[in-house]
Amino acid sequence: MTERVQRRLDTTAARGLIARATRGDAWTVGLIVIFAALLVFTKLLRSSYGLDALAIGALPVAFAAVGQAIVVISGGIDLSIGSVIALTNVIAAVLLMNAPELSVPIVLLVLLIGVLIGVVNGVLVVVSRVPDIVVTLSMLFVWAGAALLVLGTPGGGSVDWLRTLITGTLGIELLPRALVVLLVIVGLVWIPLRRSRLGLSIYAVGSNQLAAFRSGVNVARTKVVAYALAGFFAALGGLALTASTGIGTPIPGPYLLLSVAAIVLGGVSLAGGRGGLLGPIVGIYILGLIRADMTFLGVQPAYSTVLQGVIMVVVVMVGAYLTLRRAAT
Amino acid sequence: MTDLLLEASGVVKHYGAVAALSDASLAIRPGEVHALMGANGAGKSTLVKILTGAVRADGGAFTLHGRQLAVHSPAEARRSGLVCVYQEPAIVPDLTVAENLALTGTPVDAFRTQMADLGIGSLDLGATARNLPLATLRIIDLARALAIEPDVLLLDEMTAALPADLTARVLEVISSRRGGTGSVIFISHRMLEVAGLCDRATVLRDGRTVGVVEVAAGAEEQIVALMLGPAAEDGDPALTPAGAQHGGAAADTDAAPRLATRNLKAGRNLEDVTLDLRAGEVLGIVALEGQGQDELFDVLSGQLRPETGEIMVDGAAVAFRHPADAIRAGVVLVPGDRSTALLMQRSVRENIGLPAIASPRRWGLMNMGSERRRVRAAIDRLQIDTRAQAEARRLSGGNQQKVTIARWLESGVATFLFYDPTRGIDIRTKIEIYQLVRDLAAAGAAVLLLTSELDEIQRACDRAIVIFGGRVVGEMPAAAADAPTLLRAAHGLQPAGGTA
Repeated sequence: MTERVQRRLDTTAARGLIARATRGDAWTVGLIVIFAALLVFTKLLRSSYGLDALAIGALPVAFAAVGQAIVVISGGIDLSIGSVIALTNVIAAVLLMNAPELSVPIVLLVLLIGVLIGVVNGVLVVVSRVPDIVVTLSMLFVWAGAALLVLGTPGGGSVDWLRTLITGTLGIELLPRALVVLLVIVGLVWIPLRRSRLGLSIYAVGSNQLAAFRSGVNVARTKVVAYALAGFFAALGGLALTASTGIGTPIPGPYLLLSVAAIVLGGVSLAGGRGGLLGPIVGIYILGLIRADMTFLGVQPAYSTVLQGVIMVVVVMVGAYLTLRRAAT
Repeated sequence: MTDLLLEASGVVKHYGAVAALSDASLAIRPGEVHALMGANGAGKSTLVKILTGAVRADGGAFTLHGRQLAVHSPAEARRSGLVCVYQEPAIVPDLTVAENLALTGTPVDAFRTQMADLGIGSLDLGATARNLPLATLRIIDLARALAIEPDVLLLDEMTAALPADLTARVLEVISSRRGGTGSVIFISHRMLEVAGLCDRATVLRDGRTVGVVEVAAGAEEQIVALMLGPAAEDGDPALTPAGAQHGGAAADTDAAPRLATRNLKAGRNLEDVTLDLRAGEVLGIVALEGQGQDELFDVLSGQLRPETGEIMVDGAAVAFRHPADAIRAGVVLVPGDRSTALLMQRSVRENIGLPAIASPRRWGLMNMGSERRRVRAAIDRLQIDTRAQAEARRLSGGNQQKVTIARWLESGVATFLFYDPTRGIDIRTKIEIYQLVRDLAAAGAAVLLLTSELDEIQRACDRAIVIFGGRVVGEMPAAAADAPTLLRAAHGLQPAGGTA
């Protein structure tokens, strides 16, 4: 009797927790379902495939997606995010190779550099009044060039504790360390932010700049903060790359386009003002799993890329349709 | 039935599970001006969109000139002789006027003739639409529609936000079409215009046609009764001027004014405005388009810095550099265009919570508990229908306007700047907003209320000032501020026996 009551209490509590975690966001719930289905499918294809491999590979781009999502929610877009990852990646690799004993201050320094880069991006957007897409496109080249100045060819080094931090799992296979690190860091930044006036300002500015201004929001400052946060997460992406590869690579990977793909898939409106961070993270994992499945199925890489694009369009289309239907009833 | 020009019957339209129209009908005789009336959400817009091919009906029969009519796009409707002038001008902002005409294949000579009739004789067709004032764009839109001699012209809130002089010309031109071969379907919330202009009126309520009224003396009450439905027929305060009862009784004339300006000059149009707004009073402002009222509201709400002159709050000079400064001083703006005040994609809670950002602990954590209580209290106080509270854009226009007001209520705001707050709002909500304005004043707030509907001065205000050419040209108690007096002053004419 009491056991049954207790169980019911547990399920309600769990449901409340999920509902609160997703903020009634059916889109994210849908993505998690897709992800779970894909995971089962992948396990059937190759039982030895572990989530930890996926999590490590996805970590840099997941941080990029989180940073991109914050800027896009605030009504902007950061095209320089891939270059910033490359720049922070090589700075970290060079410094860690030369002074591995100072690894903790170096990590903090790299994060600070990321924030400063973001502030530069944001201030340029606000002060120049040139559209975000133009400013950050220019900065894409600037930061990419800076990365090459720091390190002409792949090289540098890393330290062991960084690699250990993100390798392996926490006991069970469903909890890869890389995923836990990602969720803990994003949670530590985002949850307080979401409940603060600053967080509301970010959504407000992205949703309707004039209305936000008239409501007393400092639009310029909010935008700079959004870009600074993007820089911070890009630096985390750079550090994750250093940790997982052990070196610095001055030529940026496809992080920019993947970050945009992930936020679109994750239910963040490119028009700004809508979406969260959980969706894009799940989006990155889904894209990664699809790529892995294609490899296991022996699909030619060329077809595999086409198929990834098709799947993205279909998911966003079906998602939008379901959201509309839900809104209508 | 063959003598009907346009007939629609049994029109049904669902959006998901919501029925926008359940049984609408409309019968238009040739040469008549026919009003389509109904509260917000009654289905007027949906019916218009169906007739002009912008939206497809789920059911219903349509005939034009007795022949079956089926339109699937606005272009097709145009070719069939059905043209609509929407509330938002359908003009591409980055093209010139001439290019906009070419886009719809409008004959330029006919267009020029119509523009002249509408009171704008000289218009540079090479001007980019973006640079023209809204009122001119609406006139261009109308002239463009008239130029192709449509069988049925649909006018959706044509006179909303038009200055009084242009409104008069537009009504004249519409009236002159009466008795011709074409007909006009006229949609307006302004009862006086409908009474003066239309032959018959079809009234919609909750997606159904509930009556067709011959417009004659006394028809207004009949129309309002039909629009409101059985629930609200008795003692309609909308038709009883209320201003005289208030008469500025509550205003405390001894203390320093809550908000005052001295020789304010700003922007292109505001030249020299001095006014005093006292606690407990509602001060109405009347002005034709572009007389400096926009700049006045921008300056008072902290969006624009004045060139010269000063603003005083409770007797102390202030300098607003940002809306946040004005909000801190308790001076807040409620704009008429809700889309410039609300975060349409965000929830009602966030919209009400947002202005609290201006409080000193700007970036700190919000106290979610007190936040929720504040929002709850505001929603209860204004009886906001929150069934669609996940996103503000899904609320009706009236409920959106209530949210824009509600957000300020719990933060102890002392001075409200209402800029045409009832634009495009149905009559029931208008009455609620008048009442709310009176309640705010009674509770000690000072209210500045700009209106484009002259009768609102006597319904909601204690006192009125008229602005013309960027200057205050008339000031009078609400009791003396009848429509003719206000209109004369708004045109810069000397009020009979007054001082300008």
